[in-house]
Amino acid sequence: MSEALLVQEAGAAPLAAPASGARQFWRRLRAQRAATAAAAVVLLLFLAALAAPLLAALAGQDPDTFHPELVDSAAGGVPRGSFGGIGADHWLGVEPQTGRDLFARIVHGARVSLGVAVAATLLQVTIGVVVGLAAALGNRRLDQVLSRITDINVALPLMVIALGLLAVVPPSFPRPVLIALVIGGINWAGTSKIVRAQALALKTLDFVSAARLSGRGRWSIARRELLPSLAAPVITYAALLFPVNITVEAALSFLGVGIKPPTPSWGQMLTEADTWYQSAPTYLLLPAGLLFVTVLSLTVLGEGVRTALDPRAASRLSIGTGREGRTKEQAS
Amino acid sequence: MTGFLLRRLGGAVFVLLSLTVILYAVFYVAPGDVAQIACGPRCSPAQVAQVTEQLRLDDPVYTQYGHFLQGIVAGRDFSTGTGVDHCSAPCLGVSYQSDQQVMRLILTKLPVTGSLVVGAFVCWILLGVGTGVLSVWRRGRITERLLTWLTLAGTATPVFVIGLLLIIVFCSTLQWLPSPTYVPFTEDPEQWAWGLLLPWVSLALIESAKYARLTRSSMLETLAEDHVRTFRAYGVGERAVIGRHALRGAVAPVIALSALDFGSMFGGAVLTESLFGIPGLGRELVHAVKVVDLPVVVGMVLVTGFFVVLANAVADMLYALADRRVVLS
Repeated sequence: MSEALLVQEAGAAPLAAPASGARQFWRRLRAQRAATAAAAVVLLLFLAALAAPLLAALAGQDPDTFHPELVDSAAGGVPRGSFGGIGADHWLGVEPQTGRDLFARIVHGARVSLGVAVAATLLQVTIGVVVGLAAALGNRRLDQVLSRITDINVALPLMVIALGLLAVVPPSFPRPVLIALVIGGINWAGTSKIVRAQALALKTLDFVSAARLSGRGRWSIARRELLPSLAAPVITYAALLFPVNITVEAALSFLGVGIKPPTPSWGQMLTEADTWYQSAPTYLLLPAGLLFVTVLSLTVLGEGVRTALDPRAASRLSIGTGREGRTKEQAS
Repeated sequence: MTGFLLRRLGGAVFVLLSLTVILYAVFYVAPGDVAQIACGPRCSPAQVAQVTEQLRLDDPVYTQYGHFLQGIVAGRDFSTGTGVDHCSAPCLGVSYQSDQQVMRLILTKLPVTGSLVVGAFVCWILLGVGTGVLSVWRRGRITERLLTWLTLAGTATPVFVIGLLLIIVFCSTLQWLPSPTYVPFTEDPEQWAWGLLLPWVSLALIESAKYARLTRSSMLETLAEDHVRTFRAYGVGERAVIGRHALRGAVAPVIALSALDFGSMFGGAVLTESLFGIPGLGRELVHAVKVVDLPVVVGMVLVTGFFVVLANAVADMLYALADRRVVLS
């Protein structure tokens, strides 16, 4: 990322978190209608993902059972019935060719998508905060070394490296874990740059000097004084990274190098649906629509979080207008 | 300026060197049995031994890395079993699958990816900046809200979803367009443009959203500044204020972001190429990954890294040139 752009961006974030913290944040977030609606959708998706086996059992289905009697093998495996076999037994129809229940596969797919994205985001934030804080608080040499490592991290093209890594790691390694590790390990430079810039700015403020003069150690200052003030920009950035991570997982699975069958994932369903869109359009529209709704809600929620955490942005800009907390390129 | 350039160059060389070390470690050392990978899963132990001999895989790791680096800087020779093949600098090795030199492979794919990226770039800049200006011009009205939501939807849609839908609507259902195929520009410019139309549009729709938002927020920021108020007080019309003065505020960030996007996309617009079957760098990489063709994978990643580093440096410089307030250090 361009240094000049980034410094400007980090500067646009609030320097110190508002004093009254969580309650004020919720109030500001609830004041935005779009963000509240998006939060509700996101909550629903998370609940569905957590309760996936339960929901599937409620529908009386599971994601892996083949139902050859439900597809018309004479017509090449097209689901029998209207709209891809939607009915009382199969709420969203069945998969062409195999006849597996789509509702069960979709909710189990949500589990994979959201789980991978959550893990990847946590990893990015953790590495970013540790590296950024260490660079800001350590001596000059440590800062130089860490900044160089961050530069190298920036130069790693996410999709390309992820593709390469997925090729050499043995297939026995659990795929969802691997994908989360790859995304988290490659794409943390944005967080660390923001944390470093903010921590350097905070370091010059009086309350940090006071803590230092009272004889507290470097790491105690980092934990007790800096971290709380860094929460706002870090949470904002994480909220914007999260939807990107969902897209990256879907993209890798779409390319056939991500989540492997039989584990269901939305990206992988899209690849398979590619050949069925004429005879079974619901099979394509379901994962595509869900992916769109998920990423859109998360993005709107991320913007809402940014506005709620940055009162200056709230007065200046309405939803969807903020300076992009740019992440590494959205997969293209 | 010269000092800044030299420092940036030094930094870029350092980053690229580190990249070669990381890539070498990850792809050649970590997987273990490179000879088996190079030879293929059905190779007998004797054949594997021959490959080990041919690729000199029993040398110590640092010697092998030395050869790898030497190839990039000065070129190297490869034994092909029957003779010796010279690979001139910058040599990225020889494909395990096709025995083709990786650099030559990349050079043949570069114009394809170039066609895709340059065309899409023109579309997304026009569309993105245009949308941004329009939404500032119509701010406070229904047009602005509509554009804001449209761009938000654009940032939320993965390129393969929009591409898939475009193919289905325009190629299969309406049949207005033939299925996208790549025809080289030198062969038939008209076919070239028609074949790339949908990929350009898909990429542009997604990418332009980012630019619309950047343009809009930069322009709004400029509009709030004192000098703009002064212009207004002097009686400068709204059209001139927006078209001439506010737009100027968006130039520097848009140029910087374009340089970054342009650079990273040159490494292969992996998804777009795979979806539309465009035989560029991205699709070649996906293929190389699926057949575990290590030299091709490493070469591609390195070339992409090169473009990203280059783009970062260029972005910083353009930013400073376009915005005089930035001091290079």
